[in-house]
Amino acid sequence: MSVATDIAIDVHDLTVAYHRKPVLWDVDVQVPSGKLIAIVGPNGAGKSTLLKAMLGLVPLASGRIEIFGRELRDARALVGYVPQRESVDWDFPIDAMGVVTMGTYAKLGWLRRVGAMQRARAMDALKQVGMHEFAQRQIGQLSGGQQQRVFLARALAQDAALYLMDEPFAGVDAATERAILDVLRDMRNAGKTVIAVHHDLQTVPQYFDHVVMLNMRLVAAGPTAEAFTPENLQKTYGGRLNLLEQAAEAVRRAGS
Amino acid sequence: MLGAKSLLSRLLTFSDFNTNVVLLGSVLLGMACGLVGTFTVLRGRSLMADALAHAALPGVCIAFLLTGSRELGPLLAGALAFGVLGVLAVMGIRRSSRVKEDAAIALVLSSTFGLGVALLSVVQRTPNAAHAGLEGFIFGKAASMVVRDVQLIAAVAAIIVVTCAIFYRQFKVLCFDRDFAHSAGLRVALLDFLLMGLVCVCTVVALPAVGLVLVVALLTIPAVAARCWSDRLGVMAIIAAGIGAMSGAVGTAISANAAKLSAGAVITLVAAAAFVVSLLAAPRRGVIARWIRERRLRRKIALQNVLRAVYEVQELQATRGPVAVCDVMLKRAWRPAELDSLLARAQRSGEIVREDDRVDLTSAGREHAMQIVRTHRLWELYLVTHASIASDHVDRDADTIEHVLPAEILQQLEARLREDGRLPGSLVPASPHAVAPASRAGVHG
Repeated sequence: MSVATDIAIDVHDLTVAYHRKPVLWDVDVQVPSGKLIAIVGPNGAGKSTLLKAMLGLVPLASGRIEIFGRELRDARALVGYVPQRESVDWDFPIDAMGVVTMGTYAKLGWLRRVGAMQRARAMDALKQVGMHEFAQRQIGQLSGGQQQRVFLARALAQDAALYLMDEPFAGVDAATERAILDVLRDMRNAGKTVIAVHHDLQTVPQYFDHVVMLNMRLVAAGPTAEAFTPENLQKTYGGRLNLLEQAAEAVRRAGS
Repeated sequence: MLGAKSLLSRLLTFSDFNTNVVLLGSVLLGMACGLVGTFTVLRGRSLMADALAHAALPGVCIAFLLTGSRELGPLLAGALAFGVLGVLAVMGIRRSSRVKEDAAIALVLSSTFGLGVALLSVVQRTPNAAHAGLEGFIFGKAASMVVRDVQLIAAVAAIIVVTCAIFYRQFKVLCFDRDFAHSAGLRVALLDFLLMGLVCVCTVVALPAVGLVLVVALLTIPAVAARCWSDRLGVMAIIAAGIGAMSGAVGTAISANAAKLSAGAVITLVAAAAFVVSLLAAPRRGVIARWIRERRLRRKIALQNVLRAVYEVQELQATRGPVAVCDVMLKRAWRPAELDSLLARAQRSGEIVREDDRVDLTSAGREHAMQIVRTHRLWELYLVTHASIASDHVDRDADTIEHVLPAEILQQLEARLREDGRLPGSLVPASPHAVAPASRAGVHG
């Protein structure tokens, strides 16, 4: 898929509210394409919400999101998604191959059946994450790290240009973390953009080119070397944003 | 007995038209509910279907009050309208307030049912004699099915089968991971609506036969039972449809024979029996299969422990050769009879020979024992060198792991120890801790 612009995603003045209580305020951020980007911030900072807003999964209270210069609804085919592992029922009656094949559904349209081409693409994706031997395994019988890799393979099968990942490294063993990182770097080298919510601050400079620091509002964004500074970390994590939180609570109460 | 026999002969010969009509209707109904139920169960919407069925009762009563006849069409239209209203009410409550979904469902389910029961008593006080049998909507009356009802059921069943076949892929991804489906551009709200629509028509045509209290049983039990038998969604859906059809057939046959038993109740009980059988007897997920697997593993572990014990006693002696059973006994907290039977089993498998109170490993037994001891000690070594666990603590940790460590992890273990130059050259490495003399050991395990 040809990508015209070097801005992968442009978030303009984004505000998101749950039950009228704002969880993200006036976020303005531009993310460059072809990079690995981390979203970091404390619990409740709105990291997953930002990701979901970018995917159009939550209604926006205000603001605008452009992906490669297009409206989200025209850019769906350019976006791949790796949700949090805990967000699905792993006892679902399906094998690893079945999950990965889901990545090919969107381009398949409504009525066409899954054919050899889709299966081949799913198998390629499984190979890429080193899970092809487990293709026929029921997903509940996979370890946590293997499940995470299956999710990653499903996104690869989407063949997107921009990937949004919600904590792809959460709860995986060291070997899997290494393997996932390798896949992410391969993706970047192939010109893909990966935005990942990330919890382990220690590995941010080593893993990611860019960082978006979030705590209900945007604290800082930019190349890791410039933005990932002690001052910005202090602003992101230190000192709860009492005033902003109280204001959010007041807005919620006023509405109910 | 006579009744059962005549029913059977009637069923087998298809001689009784009415029975066949009822039977066909119940089978189609069970099949359709089983199929739709597969998706509602996986989507976590079973209780919503229950709310829908209960909300239908006031619709039935109001339709009767308006038309004054028991004509099925208007009654079902009323049921459908109120069922949909019930679902919308649940969704509305959840969206506009902080009431949780289960509470919202309970609220709508009970209050609409209350309204329905109240309206039913109003209906029964009307002079119109046609209301007789309206309460059949609560518990179901399959026997009153006529050809036209079965035609309706067949049409609905056909719609359901065709829709599920066309949208199989979409329903699958919707049920597994709605957010992902949404992000990929699938119209998830529309799909949810479609699935709920199938539940609606399915529930409504099932109402007269199985009754609103028990419709949820046909939508849930076959699917849950089918899940025991297969790890593949397609197979599960077909099995669920089959269990539903079977429950419909058997339940109807039994209730037609025992006039006092309501069809809905019997169908539900048959489905529940199918569930219990599935839960117990399913090949991989079944309770019995699991129990057998566990027992097999326990037996394997016990046997391996005996082999290792004999090996280690031999190791302490300067020479190989027969060792005293009482020395083996002291290696572990065995009861005498237990050890005797384990030794007898090892004898049968040709790994141990026993003469009176002395036992020895056969060559096969020795090889097996060396493997076990090796795994045990390599793991101990790994724990001591890499996990910094004190050497006198590692025995019990290794004891549980040695029997289940897969070959590929063992290889990794060897590679890791080799890298550090700690992989022992001998086939069976020396123990990293003192192998307790027989008199002191036997407390662990």
